[in-house]
Amino acid sequence: MARKRLIQAMNEALFEEMERDPAIILFGEDVKASLFGDTKGLWKRFGPDRVRDTPICEALISGMAVGAAAAGRRVICHMMFGNFVYTGMDAIANQAAKLRYMTNGQIKLPITFLAVSGGGRSAAAQHSDAIHPVLANLGGIKVVMPSSPADAKGLLKAAIRDDDPVFFLQAAGRGGEPGEVPEEDYVIPLGEAAVVRPGREVTVVAIGSMVRPALRCADILAREGIEVEVVDPRTLVPLDRETILGSVRKTGRLVVVDEARDTCSFASHIAALAAEQAFDALRAPIRRVTVPDCAIPFAPVLERAVLPDAERIAQAVRDTLAFGRSA
Amino acid sequence: MSVTGTNLPRHELLALYERMLLIRRAEEQLAQDCAAGKLPGPVHLYVGQEAIAVGVCAHLEDRDWITSTHRGHGHFLAKGGDLGRMLAEIYGRAAGICGGFGGSMHVADFSKGIIGANGVVGGGIALATGAALAAQLDGDGKVAVCFFGDGAANQGVLAEALNVGALWKLPLVLVCENNGFSEFSPTATVTSGRIVERARPFGVPGVEVDGNDVLAVWQAANVAVRRAREGGGPTLIEARTYRTRGHVEYETTFITEPYREEAEVQAWRARDPIPRFASWLLNHELASSQELEAIAQAVAQQVAEAVRFAESAPEPDPALARGSMFVNPR
Ligand SMILES: Cc1ncc(C[n+]2csc(CCOP(=O)(O)OP(=O)(O)O)c2C)c(N)n1
Repeated sequence: MARKRLIQAMNEALFEEMERDPAIILFGEDVKASLFGDTKGLWKRFGPDRVRDTPICEALISGMAVGAAAAGRRVICHMMFGNFVYTGMDAIANQAAKLRYMTNGQIKLPITFLAVSGGGRSAAAQHSDAIHPVLANLGGIKVVMPSSPADAKGLLKAAIRDDDPVFFLQAAGRGGEPGEVPEEDYVIPLGEAAVVRPGREVTVVAIGSMVRPALRCADILAREGIEVEVVDPRTLVPLDRETILGSVRKTGRLVVVDEARDTCSFASHIAALAAEQAFDALRAPIRRVTVPDCAIPFAPVLERAVLPDAERIAQAVRDTLAFGRSA
Repeated sequence: MSVTGTNLPRHELLALYERMLLIRRAEEQLAQDCAAGKLPGPVHLYVGQEAIAVGVCAHLEDRDWITSTHRGHGHFLAKGGDLGRMLAEIYGRAAGICGGFGGSMHVADFSKGIIGANGVVGGGIALATGAALAAQLDGDGKVAVCFFGDGAANQGVLAEALNVGALWKLPLVLVCENNGFSEFSPTATVTSGRIVERARPFGVPGVEVDGNDVLAVWQAANVAVRRAREGGGPTLIEARTYRTRGHVEYETTFITEPYREEAEVQAWRARDPIPRFASWLLNHELASSQELEAIAQAVAQQVAEAVRFAESAPEPDPALARGSMFVNPR
């Protein structure tokens, strides 16, 4: 184990995978300069054939990822900010997510799309969307959302080795967060949630960037004598329903925390699954902690007002515990 | 027609004729099937444009990539796809080339280098550019060819592809089939300037060619494909042609305003690429009328057999409707 930042862990995964598999190519806007640090040094090591800066043309580069993958490459395509996925959306929604299905499995598309997703950095409305619900709803795209450096490395390696299109979403502004990262080569399989903190009374499912405030909330509540279990799905597609529902059956109470807007947030999907499949175990209504249905504002006080934090999560937990207790 | 085409050996000339005729007869069958209410979903026929797919694909091998469109039956057959499995696909049968998951707009045989047929107008442009990048990295002379319409030429991604294709000298051939219409809009009402000129600011050669002259298409593609194989970068070919059937079969049942004159359609029918090439072959004594008749009969038989195969094929199992979204679902 060694202490590393999340972005360093991603960078290592990229280096190690590109070293391991010469079929891998990586391209995107300013990947050489590396805005976020994840692709730093790759161009120098692997050269311009395998690591390319593209012009600003998301519609083309997302489609080129599909074409190059169909034609035999393993592709890593950097979309920069989640909001720019929208300008590259045709190739993601209509091509990457559909080509295999509509050719009856003739074509395989090993693509890892990288993007930074979510707010918290005063980047304002056009650089702060949490885009995972949009992507997860496409059906043909796997969606990975790491919450720690160790997970980021293992999940990114799994995403790159996977033969399907995967979106790897790094939470905005969390690249600098440190954590212990194993030294050896390891992979975290897609579709395995993690119980990041065990507890008996309430299940808090926290997605991506929300894991950290959920853990802080668990600390706060522990001081009040409340035991919270925090579950990190780690990948939304495929989703590890068993771990989530298993936790709900154990605690009987569920709070889902998601940095997405409320309407059709991924939290809504998890809440629906629990209501359909673990209703008998529920002792209180499910609570969702999400972003209100507005764009993400600029001023720090405004942004803090819309993004879920530990205190809002704690209040939701207290509410579920209070249900049925007092008149 | 261009006399230099005679440089081609006779059997290759006859092969071009046979392939065009096969596409035509197969689609005439589909037109009938559609009128008889046998085909689920919309069907866009390629009638009148056959010389383009055939003249271009004559230069391609299985390992070369193409991307196709909603009007893709001709590209599929010209690239060597199997007729029976194409018809089965259009009939919605399990034996279809895409198992009944694709249909008329998406007939694609990946083993023949077809990276999908796109229902999204312009959707193939970026895919072909990506395949060209992969081909360039493979370094073995493969090329990628993108077939798209004049309507698709108005998608911004064409400019993006020309920019990157030229910048990286990709082995890419962009074949714009200008058939006079973008759905029900005459091209001139939705397109400024000449499409072929759109290559120039990027330093990409643009070639305009008579798309109803299979030898002219063959020659233009010969230069463009060779240039791409040799590392010379992309070419834009604008092939001028005309869609003599509707945008989509059945369109007369819902169109309220006529969008073209019958006289115009008739004028273009007189330039039909297939009889035109037949006369050329006869005039140059490269084929006898008996030979052409024999080809026609062989084609008719091939179509009849393909129809029998497709019609007798079972429908897909609805229990398998979730199909193949992922290689590894979990
Ligand atoms: C992105 C997109 N926009 C609109 C349509 C609807 N549509 C289907 S075919 C077509 C016209 C395409 O014209 P062109 O590219 O010239 O091809 P043609 O049909 O003439 O072969 C349109 C507008 C579509 N399928 N995809």
